[in-house]
Amino acid sequence: MIEIRMHGRGGQGGVIAAKILASAIFKEGKYAQSFPSFGVERRGAPVLAFTRADDRPIRLRTAIYEPDHLIVLDATLIKSTNVFSGLKRGGTILVNSSNPVELFAFPADYPSASVDAAGIAVRHGLGTRSIPIVNTAILGAFAKFSGLVGIESIVEAIREGVPIKQDENAAAALEAYEVVEAAIDVSDRSRFSSEENGAITVK
Amino acid sequence: MEGRNGMNTTNSGLLHPSIEKVVVMEGTHAASYAVKLARVQVIAAYPITPQTSVVEKLSEIVSDGELDAKFIKVESEHSAMACCIGSSISGARAFTATSSQGLALMHELLHWAAGSRLPIVMVNVNRAMAPPWSIYVDHNDSLSQRDTGWLQFYAESNQEVTDTVLQAYKIAETVSLPVMINLDAFVLSHTSEPVAIPKQELVDEFLPARKASFKVDTSDPRAFGALIGPEAYMEMRYKLYQAMEDARSVIREVDRDFANMFGRSYGGLVEEYMAEDAETVLITSATAVSTARIAVDELRSMGFPVGLMKIRTFRPFPVDEIRALAKHVRKIGVMDRNVSFGATGIIYQETKAVLYNAPDRPAVFGFIAGLGGRDITPETINEIFSYLMNHEEPVSEAVWVGLKTAGADRPEPPFPENSAAMKRSDGV
Repeated sequence: MIEIRMHGRGGQGGVIAAKILASAIFKEGKYAQSFPSFGVERRGAPVLAFTRADDRPIRLRTAIYEPDHLIVLDATLIKSTNVFSGLKRGGTILVNSSNPVELFAFPADYPSASVDAAGIAVRHGLGTRSIPIVNTAILGAFAKFSGLVGIESIVEAIREGVPIKQDENAAAALEAYEVVEAAIDVSDRSRFSSEENGAITVK
Repeated sequence: MEGRNGMNTTNSGLLHPSIEKVVVMEGTHAASYAVKLARVQVIAAYPITPQTSVVEKLSEIVSDGELDAKFIKVESEHSAMACCIGSSISGARAFTATSSQGLALMHELLHWAAGSRLPIVMVNVNRAMAPPWSIYVDHNDSLSQRDTGWLQFYAESNQEVTDTVLQAYKIAETVSLPVMINLDAFVLSHTSEPVAIPKQELVDEFLPARKASFKVDTSDPRAFGALIGPEAYMEMRYKLYQAMEDARSVIREVDRDFANMFGRSYGGLVEEYMAEDAETVLITSATAVSTARIAVDELRSMGFPVGLMKIRTFRPFPVDEIRALAKHVRKIGVMDRNVSFGATGIIYQETKAVLYNAPDRPAVFGFIAGLGGRDITPETINEIFSYLMNHEEPVSEAVWVGLKTAGADRPEPPFPENSAAMKRSDGV
């Protein structure tokens, strides 16, 4: 089973992104589950959303404590919350940021990338400059970076899963897909293989 | 018994000829689409988190013309149930949904619906009672309605939600009693996962239009809800009691019919998992069952003879099933996601009660876990099995699992052997 944990803030679309990701994974013939961890439901509050993928029915109904992949929709959460809690050894980190990923100084054995999902969202008219809706752009980037799910499935699931601006959301995902590099040596591992546990200790 | 539950079917389970399509959807929407398939005629509801999306989706379905139903907006849950009673008494198929405080507000009319023998179906999203305010899961809201005369189902997966709504109307209209279908707040209500939507024509065949024996009809006048003196009240109560007893065989039969047509079965009142040759069995309900299956598989792979019994219906309570289980197990643990203050966990009490007059009485242990949305993980279940295997007799009537308060009566780790291996390795 592969577990993906998304860290965002209320209003960024993390919960819907987790659900779209589950739909995309299901389209590729795998079982999928997504589950939001609602706290106080207000704009700007930290929100967690979880997605699981497996080649058999998923029975585990808990929060995700030891993810294989982390998606961070707001880089300020890295300082204010422990987004890395339980990340498996070799797990990937994808951050929405206009800064180069090197600036975050993630440990080398955790493949990491940054993508300017906010900038892409604004260019496609998704949300506003101050509150861009970054969820669909980050999914496009995640498809390429993780190798877990195809961009065609992501785009199809976006078209079915977003209530408005289907074309703009699909275009944002495709643009993010183009600008991100695939994580080297991750794609094989991330495709539903089981992996040894190891907790990350970075701050 | 693997393969019986909707969630345990392999990919082929999603290819059954009865299936129209398979959609990744939330637990709340799994209920909404089943209500549409059941061709419900009246929907009356008041919004409350986390139930809201059940009726939000239904309002879309009705306004889009996909379901020919009357959608009644009301000012409270009490009124919602009153609308369901009024429409059901006039022969319509009625539906509502609520949660927690909303269910509590309905309490008076829950008695009224059952006493009037109305086959109303309600979805309750199990949410902890306030105060302190909580929007997260536990089962005290629905279990507080134990004696209202409603059948109560607890669902483990979104597929089971859809399938149970369809079964519920058939059961309710057969025994003339209302049915409450419970799903765990967020852990099921807001979890998205694949749900097989059956073909409408097969649902129509399984669940034909309701034929009410008596209804409000000006051309055939009758009185409903009249005052009854001591000469007849008790007989009416006996009939209600008997209807609930009859529901046991009806539930099993409907589940078998459902399996024949749709290829999925939930075992009737309970489902056993690895219990046949088990020495120690955990009884629990709802989504915790799904997670507990993982813990049981792990313990089995280490050679521990453990199993599960899933309580699918709390009312009627699975008396025969638990007595049959007691014949061949040494220990029973009951994990309650609820507590009765001044007593113990509620399913624990009921389990002990059905065994007192039975010839086989294994040791029964009571555990309380997961209140107010506290996560129930495979580790939680392992902790309980560890306690069960380390104790021959219960030393407490209510062992609280995962409690942070010092000095509370709780299990003492670690597991006798392989304690490192007890830790979840990769989520499965």
